[in-house]
Amino acid sequence: MAQFTLPKNSKITKGKHFAAKPGGAQKLRQFKIYRYDPDSGANPRTDTYEVDLASCGPMVLDALIKIKNEIDPTLTFRRSCREGICGSCAMNIDGTNTLACTKAIGDVSGDVKIYPLPHMPVVKDLVPDLTQFYAQYASIKPWIRTQTSPPPDKERLQSPQDRKLLDGLYECIMCACCSTSCPSYWWNGDRYLGPAVLLQAYRWIVDSRDEDTGARLDDLEDPFRLYRCHTIMNCTKTCPKGLNPAKAIAEIKKAMIARRSV
Amino acid sequence: MTEAYKITHHNYDVIVVGAGGAGLRATMGMAAKGLATACITKVFPTRSHTVAAQGGISAALGNMGEDDWRFHFYDTIKGSDWLGDQDAIEYMCKEAIPAIIELEHYGVPFSRTEDGRIYQRPFGGMTTHYGQGTAQRTCAAADRTGHAILHTLYQQALKFDARFYVEYFALDLIMDEDGTCRGVIAWDLSEGTLHMFHAHSVVLATGGYGRSYFSCTSAHTCTGDGNGMVLRAGLPLQDMEFTQFHPTGIYGAGCLITEGVRGEGGYLTNSKNERFMERYAPNAKDLASRDVVSRAMTIEIREGRGVGAANDHIHLHLEHLGPEVIHERLPGIAETASIFAGVDVTREPIPVLPTVHYNMGGIQTNVHGEVVTIKNGDPDSVVPGLFAIGEAACVSVHGANRLGSNSLLDLVVFGRAAANRAAQVIKPASAHKKLPSSAYDKALGNFDRLRNANGSTPTADIRMAMQKAMQNHAAVFRTGESLEEGCRKVSDISRNFDDVRVSDRSLVWNSDLVETLELQNLLGCALVSIYSAENRKESRGAHAREDYPNRDDNEWLKHTLAYVDEHNKVSFDYRPVHLYTLTDEVEAVPPKARTY
Repeated sequence: MAQFTLPKNSKITKGKHFAAKPGGAQKLRQFKIYRYDPDSGANPRTDTYEVDLASCGPMVLDALIKIKNEIDPTLTFRRSCREGICGSCAMNIDGTNTLACTKAIGDVSGDVKIYPLPHMPVVKDLVPDLTQFYAQYASIKPWIRTQTSPPPDKERLQSPQDRKLLDGLYECIMCACCSTSCPSYWWNGDRYLGPAVLLQAYRWIVDSRDEDTGARLDDLEDPFRLYRCHTIMNCTKTCPKGLNPAKAIAEIKKAMIARRSV
Repeated sequence: MTEAYKITHHNYDVIVVGAGGAGLRATMGMAAKGLATACITKVFPTRSHTVAAQGGISAALGNMGEDDWRFHFYDTIKGSDWLGDQDAIEYMCKEAIPAIIELEHYGVPFSRTEDGRIYQRPFGGMTTHYGQGTAQRTCAAADRTGHAILHTLYQQALKFDARFYVEYFALDLIMDEDGTCRGVIAWDLSEGTLHMFHAHSVVLATGGYGRSYFSCTSAHTCTGDGNGMVLRAGLPLQDMEFTQFHPTGIYGAGCLITEGVRGEGGYLTNSKNERFMERYAPNAKDLASRDVVSRAMTIEIREGRGVGAANDHIHLHLEHLGPEVIHERLPGIAETASIFAGVDVTREPIPVLPTVHYNMGGIQTNVHGEVVTIKNGDPDSVVPGLFAIGEAACVSVHGANRLGSNSLLDLVVFGRAAANRAAQVIKPASAHKKLPSSAYDKALGNFDRLRNANGSTPTADIRMAMQKAMQNHAAVFRTGESLEEGCRKVSDISRNFDDVRVSDRSLVWNSDLVETLELQNLLGCALVSIYSAENRKESRGAHAREDYPNRDDNEWLKHTLAYVDEHNKVSFDYRPVHLYTLTDEVEAVPPKARTY
């Protein structure tokens, strides 16, 4: 039987331990955080930080910021809005992809283990390279496409019922939690569009104002781009915004069948 | 300089710095007009803070009842406490209508009325017939309007194939000896390289500087980078004393709860369960202007009628609206209140507190978005090659206090105006004049100094000291004594920045250095902000001086211009307020008493 080993530089070594200052600390918690330094090229490591939760905000992002401010300024991660709407601080916390800013430390039992989003190239520490993810988004031409021109001085009309079809889709924040939780995307991320991008594709397919549904479906009619979805459902389970990308993908597949049978 | 940095050069017609609502609207507009356009941004475009705007974008469409852009014009002037420039306000309110229709045509998923038109809700200070009735003017996509607009504008920018340089941090403007802006130098975080972007025009769309305060609704990335660059280029900033406190930030976390909650019928109460806004604003009540509501809440708390164990906040009720309205119109804040306050909004009130939210001041521009300054006695002298738009700019359409839902409007109207102007004044693909190699010395020197900064105070400590000083000394209510103390503190903290310590020496994704460069920008903003506040001896809009409780139109009906020199010394000049309109389609509104 063939034996597989991981490349040497993929082994994660044990890193530094930053103990809390003696005395004072009341409610210690250990944060085990993936570190990768692109300058040294050394193997990634997990550093351990002891954080006093008595003087820390409730969210995992609060702890990361506290570590950066008070213990180790070199710790690197993305963050911006801190309220779950910008999608910057997506990472793997306690085994699940989510947003650090809306994940309560109290919801994690034991040590808090933090890794970058899985299966993406790592630039540094918790910062993954999302270039391909964004390129895939652009590849579906995610803008309104129409043949008829809109009324010159008025909005296009859309009934509340038609507008409702966009609920659960337009709210996507492109954090990439879903795509990077998908084993099929891990294997075929170069050719499979993944749940986030497919959800975006469906957002335009179902918009009553868009007039290019046929071409949108044609572009997805491909064994890889769409059909690598094997309904594993990790996407829906992990979405920090409570959206259902798996359902959006299923709707695209249904639309494919519906147009074949016409 | 301790190290020679290799610089990669790029030539474009226009460089937009920042990819929020204003930056994206300008980028797509310029690309659509055939200008070679690139947008450099420190975060991926859809992460910009426009994404967090909730309640909506104003325009007198009249979809939900009678409306007229002239009413909107009047409301905005009154909201500004007459510090807004009326020609710019006319332009914004009139252009609002085509600008919002255009957004719908781009695909923004607005909520809809029964007859399929854009849904509009009431918002603070928005009236019909010059204060007589309540206008429904604020166009909404549930309570995620900023998100809906930002994503749509990014999609349009993709459609027009604009070039983006994502996670590039802009370091400094490159100005030539004539005072013309020739481009911008930036640092590519992922590769760790430096880039010079030569451009016929640079558009600063870098947003506000909310993070100069300890508690704000703003994102961590709202660090006034464009304002900082402008100050370092020797140009002034306008009306920086005017900081808006949003009445309803979540107590503790500071996250925004939209004014749309009150637009949909929500209200505030004190510890006596009293709807106290009825006392402060008998007509508009909870939908008075934000400065008015924030002051009323502060007084209630100060007089011992705050809620909670420490009587230090206020309750915002929407449980009476019913789950259906909440689910359809306010789903996002239901989620936010649950996560950050542990509150089920269908059953209990949200604990709220006035929280720093918006900077009315910024880089002074004309109605085309061109940066202006005082030169040879001309207060409207254009700085060649430089635009500013959005929260970074001060056109001034918001004057001393911005009305809710006028910010998203400002972004798209002036993003569009800047694109139109650039298309007029720039000849596409014309050659760039050569710059001497010394042109970059100052910017590189600053970068290198901070990269190797080996002082004794970490960035985070200096930042905290600044945030605390601003929070304590430039709050909702201000006094001369406290402001003077604040000025001394912020000056000391600025000096202490010379002793900053950066621990990460890498060029690749060195977020320690990014935060230090951001802190430098924030400190410039904080400095001019608190000195301008000390300097303005009157109360107007969001600037409420207890020692000067009245508006003083004789002395202070003018814009502050603040400069900072290399020794952190602040000096002032002034520009007249434009109390005239752009056309004869509407009459100017002379100053009068402001009550709601």
